[in-house]
Amino acid sequence: MTTLDLTPRTAQSPTGSLGDTAALVGRCLRRSTRQLDTLLLAVMLPVMLLLMFVYVFGGALDAGMEYIDFVVPGIVLLTAGYGAATTAVDVATDVTAGIMDRFRSMPIRATGVMTGHVVASMARNAVSTALVVGIALLIGFDAHASLLGWVAAIGLIALYVAALTWIAVAIGVVASGPEAASGFTFAILFIPYVSSAFVPVESMPSALEHVAHGNPVTPVADTLRALLLGTPAGSSAGAAIAWCVGLLLVGWVAAGLLFRRQR
Amino acid sequence: MTAPIIVAKGLRKSYGGVTVLDGLDLEVARGEVLALLGPNGAGKTTTVRILATLLRPDAGTVTVAGYDVVRSPGHVRAALSLTGQYAAVDELLTGAENLALMARLAHLPRAERRTRPGALLELFDLTGAAGRPVKTYSGGMRRRLDLAASLLSRPQVLVLDEPTTGLDPRSRNDLWAVIGDVQRAGTTVLLTTQYLEEADRLADRVAVIDHGRVIASGTASALKAQVGAAHVELTTPEGIERIETDGSVGDVRRILADVERRGLDVTAWEVRRPTLDDVFLTLTGRPSVPAGAPATETRELQETR
Repeated sequence: MTTLDLTPRTAQSPTGSLGDTAALVGRCLRRSTRQLDTLLLAVMLPVMLLLMFVYVFGGALDAGMEYIDFVVPGIVLLTAGYGAATTAVDVATDVTAGIMDRFRSMPIRATGVMTGHVVASMARNAVSTALVVGIALLIGFDAHASLLGWVAAIGLIALYVAALTWIAVAIGVVASGPEAASGFTFAILFIPYVSSAFVPVESMPSALEHVAHGNPVTPVADTLRALLLGTPAGSSAGAAIAWCVGLLLVGWVAAGLLFRRQR
Repeated sequence: MTAPIIVAKGLRKSYGGVTVLDGLDLEVARGEVLALLGPNGAGKTTTVRILATLLRPDAGTVTVAGYDVVRSPGHVRAALSLTGQYAAVDELLTGAENLALMARLAHLPRAERRTRPGALLELFDLTGAAGRPVKTYSGGMRRRLDLAASLLSRPQVLVLDEPTTGLDPRSRNDLWAVIGDVQRAGTTVLLTTQYLEEADRLADRVAVIDHGRVIASGTASALKAQVGAAHVELTTPEGIERIETDGSVGDVRRILADVERRGLDVTAWEVRRPTLDDVFLTLTGRPSVPAGAPATETRELQETR
């Protein structure tokens, strides 16, 4: 047998390091590559919806432009939102499996575990969103974005994913289990419907129109559509960024506090 | 003896009006194995979670290695490793990947980070399964991997919450052997258990906990002595007869000779020493089975003691 030193080590650092976060990011990326079915679903679901909206409903919908051009930004946000929201399930799984307790009882950075999940979510979403946009382009999405427009669009999607993922992380920590956390996934799937993601807000009954105007997805969808189609974004860009940054901060602070909470 | 490495004073914790810890006091000496023995719901896990900085007590103080668990949780975490009731390992990673991750998070020096996971896998007989995802492991293998993860950091205090619950006898024996090794190397071990045999076998000292308080503590043999002497137990067609003995060869021989003289029809006999089960029964007035009794009833029991 290899000699194994079991004598207690007394000089251990009581604080975390950036290396902790790096190790935990590595962990979550590894996990992602072992859950290809989840990644596949995150691509399949939006692609099915895209095909349905374009070929089944699209002909009957009047969005003031080619319907595919109108709906693709909405589908992209749905993809990103769904992919981000599944992080709540991952985090809740960590909690119920007990590994969260191990992390919490180790001298590591409080946000490291969460950052691991967020970075992995960003990576997964980069893959799924790229695939969905690629398919949209193949079936006739007519993007007119400049290089700068694409860069800005990618930046906006990344910010949207980051914001939703941090919220998802906080929800995953407080959820009673993975099943409860998956409820959040459904909520995120449905929130875009009452926004400008799939149909123009003006086409809705006035009560819903108010809701849609207040829905953070509306400015994000409008901005993304303007960036991808090369049209002016107007005032929606500021609102989109403000919403995303606000949600991101709330999620980040909440997740950090909840992780170290000693009930 | 140096100062105790764990000192808990007057710990209280309740959840929504239900008192879980009711002024628990505990001291564990450096290098000692202490078993926290009690039935389900006695407050064992809550105590352990407070020690591991996962919970904050409502009242009372705890220090681990000289650090207060509430004020200096970072130092406590650096000194202590927790192995909970559920194997706290990543199902999707392999055994080797789990230990490599934990080695980094335990801030092991680079050289140890390379060698130690492998050596621990070997110690726990997991080398063959090291490359397989943990979700393919049996319950016993998971628990072993979990304990290996706890030992990576060479903690000063190892806290084990019901380490052998649900394990088959062989895995349990293996785990007991490792706990013995760890203690011989100088690690303080605090373990909770419902198994009296386990406390008896592993612990230098046993603290019996019931309804959130330590109701007795001492060596297993001292606790047993509190209950009374050993008995020669005779099984006859008429029933079981118990005769008190000091357990010495001479005394048992005298008793058996006496039995022979009386011409009793003895179908079986044994010298029975009191078990910790008997201890529990004597201390609490009830067997060490589920603590379903409401709080008021408890108080009565404690008063009549």
